Amino acid sequence: MRTGLFAAAAALAAASLPDAGWAQRAELTGEAALEVRAFPQAPLGPGQAQARLSPSARLVPEFLYEWNDGAWRFTVKPYIRFDAHDSRRTHVDLRELGVLYLGERLIVFAGFGKVYWGVTEVRHLVDIVNQTDAVEDIDGEDKLGQPMLSVTMEGAWGALDLIYLPRFRERTFPAGDARLSGVLPVGDVASYGSSAGAWHQDFALRWSRPIGALDLGASFFRGTSREPRFLLRQGEDGLPFLQPHYDVIDQLGIDAQWTGDATLFKLEAMTRGGHGERFVAATGGIEHTLYQVFGGGTDLGLLAEFMLDGRGPTAPPTVFDHDVFLGFRWAANDVHDTAILGGPVIDYRTGEVLALLEMERRLGDSWRFELEARFFANTAPGGVPHGLRRDGFVTLRLSRFF
Amino acid sequence: MQRTHATTTIAAMAWILAVSVASTSAQSPEAQGREVAEQADRQDAGWHDDASTMRMVLRNRSGEESIRELRRQSMESTEEGRGDKSIIVFDAPRDIQGTALLSHTKILEADDQWLYLPALKRVKRISSGNKSGPFVGSEFAYEDLVSQEVDKYEYRFLRDEACGTMTCAVVERVPLYENSGYTKQVVWWDRAEYRVQRIEFYDRKGTLLKTLTYHGYQQYEGEYWRPDRMEMVNHQNGKSTALEFEGWEFRTGASEGEFTASRLRRTR
Repeated sequence: MRTGLFAAAAALAAASLPDAGWAQRAELTGEAALEVRAFPQAPLGPGQAQARLSPSARLVPEFLYEWNDGAWRFTVKPYIRFDAHDSRRTHVDLRELGVLYLGERLIVFAGFGKVYWGVTEVRHLVDIVNQTDAVEDIDGEDKLGQPMLSVTMEGAWGALDLIYLPRFRERTFPAGDARLSGVLPVGDVASYGSSAGAWHQDFALRWSRPIGALDLGASFFRGTSREPRFLLRQGEDGLPFLQPHYDVIDQLGIDAQWTGDATLFKLEAMTRGGHGERFVAATGGIEHTLYQVFGGGTDLGLLAEFMLDGRGPTAPPTVFDHDVFLGFRWAANDVHDTAILGGPVIDYRTGEVLALLEMERRLGDSWRFELEARFFANTAPGGVPHGLRRDGFVTLRLSRFF
Repeated sequence: MQRTHATTTIAAMAWILAVSVASTSAQSPEAQGREVAEQADRQDAGWHDDASTMRMVLRNRSGEESIRELRRQSMESTEEGRGDKSIIVFDAPRDIQGTALLSHTKILEADDQWLYLPALKRVKRISSGNKSGPFVGSEFAYEDLVSQEVDKYEYRFLRDEACGTMTCAVVERVPLYENSGYTKQVVWWDRAEYRVQRIEFYDRKGTLLKTLTYHGYQQYEGEYWRPDRMEMVNHQNGKSTALEFEGWEFRTGASEGEFTASRLRRTR
């Protein structure tokens, strides 16, 4: 199917090639990275990969062609990951493949793409268009390319995105014998609430508008839930496993950010029906930046975000039901763009802690070093992170950009 | 004869009086300074929109260089009391390629700014209260790069003096907007075309911090002067940053609708 779409998009691009003399641009860029994940603790299960160091590599080339003075753009961006110890993390995806038309008040995109909605840092409640590529990281920020036809209209009233999503994509999960796979393995075959399965036709729309210091958005989605819930099954070998099940849901969301001189106030909230009883969830907080601290040009941001979720036991499980994130963001503002972001996410009911740390620094003109650490502490039996409590890890990544 | 002489004398006296009245009452150093800034503003008005590429060369104390390449586009303000709109897009270093900054500048209030992060496809509204921090690690602060609206400063004319082969008006200006990193700036405008030739920046302690010089002015569309290169030297840390401009275009057909947060997501 991907090959067919690729050919179709290439043909479309070729058919609308410009007359000679119109400004064009062709670019091949991308990233090649080597990384190693270090797991300080031995895994929970004896069947899980015992190696404490897990090497991995990724290649993310991107080709772009623009014509008619940039009014038309073709992009293709495959994603290739090889992992030494997780057979499912070794995967290939099409992050982008499509044609974009940029009109004066109208923007149209057809193909595989990505759309991000939202304002908060830790939990992304209203961001619903793309599926999470969960084998990449546990932060939910890596997304699979989503087939879509999107139309954006702009006016004095704001901007409106209308998105048609013809084909659902299943979430990726680590292999059952890999680290971060949890207590029970996740099976290969998902089940669906709709008889159309992955071909249930989904729609999403979002209105957004900056009003003075306030950036406001309201969104609606109807279609296959990007979050699965899990059904306990027994395999042919008699061993239990989890089968992902995707309900058909509707979700109404709002996102807002008020931007002050040094302080941002952020809010995301949504209500969702389709997993049994309708529920409401919200996340929001504050980011305050202290500029030019420590006598130099560096900035220190202080972040606090609250997470509340009213979902019941029939809905997909979430870590962020009653949590608070207390974090910091430090930017050196140097030639290397050195930056550090980190802090704990604390469940204030159970005391469960998820600690996050991210650091990045450019080396020379085209290399970048990154460190990402995720650790779990004080996990409670029955909660999602309990099965991951010994899978805390540090990722070291060296990327070459071209 | 007598009468003619008297008339001439009176005329001469009236002329002297008129000139001295003009230069004392209407031309206080403050008014004179502001007039220079207004003249410069008028000389450059009406460009509508412009675009160019920009290369930033960052040099540290030991002369090591680090390069940023970006494309920039600006739209002249059409409303009184509001500043220009601009977008800059980074092409290099490669790891920040596609990162874009949209600014809706104001006169005295904080500007509205949005940052686009291409890896996440995320547009973030950012605080712009901090204008005085280093811009992408350079010796330029954000406030040095945004449109220089007349009403952003209070002026005081200092003197006319030779600058190269030209004569320059030397004017001291004090930022009126909040959170500036400067107590004052001294600007050299050439009297021929009212182009900025040199700016000295004084830090919050009142000491000379940086000097910015403009080089290789060229006239475009028969009207608008733009420099090929700007050179900022920081006297306190020994670092410098050069901005090299290429490919100036005017009246590209850009419209205000292209300078929105929603469209920023589609920047490349």
